Amino acid sequence: MPKVPVQFALNGEEKAEFVESGTSLLTLLRDKIGDTSPKGGCHQGTCGACSVIIDGELKLSCLVLAETCGNASVQTTGGLAADGVLHPLQRAFLDHFAAQCGFCTPGMIMAAKALLDRNPDPTREDVVEAISGNICRCTGYEPIIQAVMAAAQGNSQRVA
Amino acid sequence: MGLVLRSFATVNEAGAALSEPGARYLGGGTLAVRAVNEGDVSVHSLVRITDPQLSRIELSEGRARIGASVTMARVAANPGIAFLAPAAMAVGGPAVRNMATVGGNLFAPAPYGDFAVALLALDAKVDARKDMPMERFLETRGALAKGSIVTAVSFALPSEGGFRFRKVSRVKPKGTSVLSIAAVIEEDPDGTIRSARIALGCMADRPIRAHAAERALVGSRRTEQGIAAALAVAGEGTHPVTDPVASAWYRAEVLPVHLRRLLLY
Repeated sequence: MPKVPVQFALNGEEKAEFVESGTSLLTLLRDKIGDTSPKGGCHQGTCGACSVIIDGELKLSCLVLAETCGNASVQTTGGLAADGVLHPLQRAFLDHFAAQCGFCTPGMIMAAKALLDRNPDPTREDVVEAISGNICRCTGYEPIIQAVMAAAQGNSQRVA
Repeated sequence: MGLVLRSFATVNEAGAALSEPGARYLGGGTLAVRAVNEGDVSVHSLVRITDPQLSRIELSEGRARIGASVTMARVAANPGIAFLAPAAMAVGGPAVRNMATVGGNLFAPAPYGDFAVALLALDAKVDARKDMPMERFLETRGALAKGSIVTAVSFALPSEGGFRFRKVSRVKPKGTSVLSIAAVIEEDPDGTIRSARIALGCMADRPIRAHAAERALVGSRRTEQGIAAALAVAGEGTHPVTDPVASAWYRAEVLPVHLRRLLLY
């Protein structure tokens, strides 16, 4: 199979890779680059576990072909923590027990980040809508919604 | 056999590549790449067009023209076609809407294709080499001429409040359709229905018009008595799908209930 060059920024860092034509961005990120924060759940666009932000828009990396990401800026949950300090969303997810098995968490956080980047003061309905494409089988969603609301309010401390 | 992505700058160049065996058009990837991921080995190449013309929304002289590559998120955010936002928002979650295209939705099999239901009620024209009315396009969508590519849809903007849309799903806020209904109802100042177009999703293998109900509405009014005849014939000509979301029986049973709500509220 012919290999295709693809150059893009992953969490602000330039990446240049050769991929087989037809490779998904998810496969490139996980298997080649080693950023395993996006998860492969359904590979059908149903579960949201592979959610990443491409050029400011939330997308499903399992359905995006890597070679269409030339010159794009890709953000994953793997790039959120800076110098060992968690991103406010990550902190809030921890404080609010918004993760149990954790498989949906990186996708949830990306969906929440896409919301907060656009709308820093969301209503509960906005949050529910923002994560509506991400499935969680553990938490029942409530702790996730509370975590996103808390992160938005700059208050990641757990309510007693 | 591996998969190859082929990108073209223009529709004409892509046409030839799409005529080759095993070629499939790539829009947002939510149908084509999904099929590949699911193991559809009949797909050998994905063909995409990067022409920015396909991503434009044009509004002029009471008509809208939406390029095939325009995403559901872009439709939902455009104030000139704000009436269509509920139909665009009915498709998937935020990530899917940032990817899924208007062109792709025309080919989405039931229970998907809620946006195509809206376009059918609008009596949209599908631009695929030549203009084709939406209803005829849907009848033949599996057998488009080799290499012909949908480039845009266009439609007359309905009068204020004339467009109605309802998606029925069991999971809120994002769930697969039990059914979806769109209608364009034009009324005289005294409330008499002058014309009605009603489109149904999940009530056949493709979005279909409820012609019998439309005929029953014309000359009537949107009251309980006025719509009773239309509700009675709402299921005429339908062949609802059975899938994990709902059985054909259930869809047929609840169609008049939801049509009533669409028309009265």
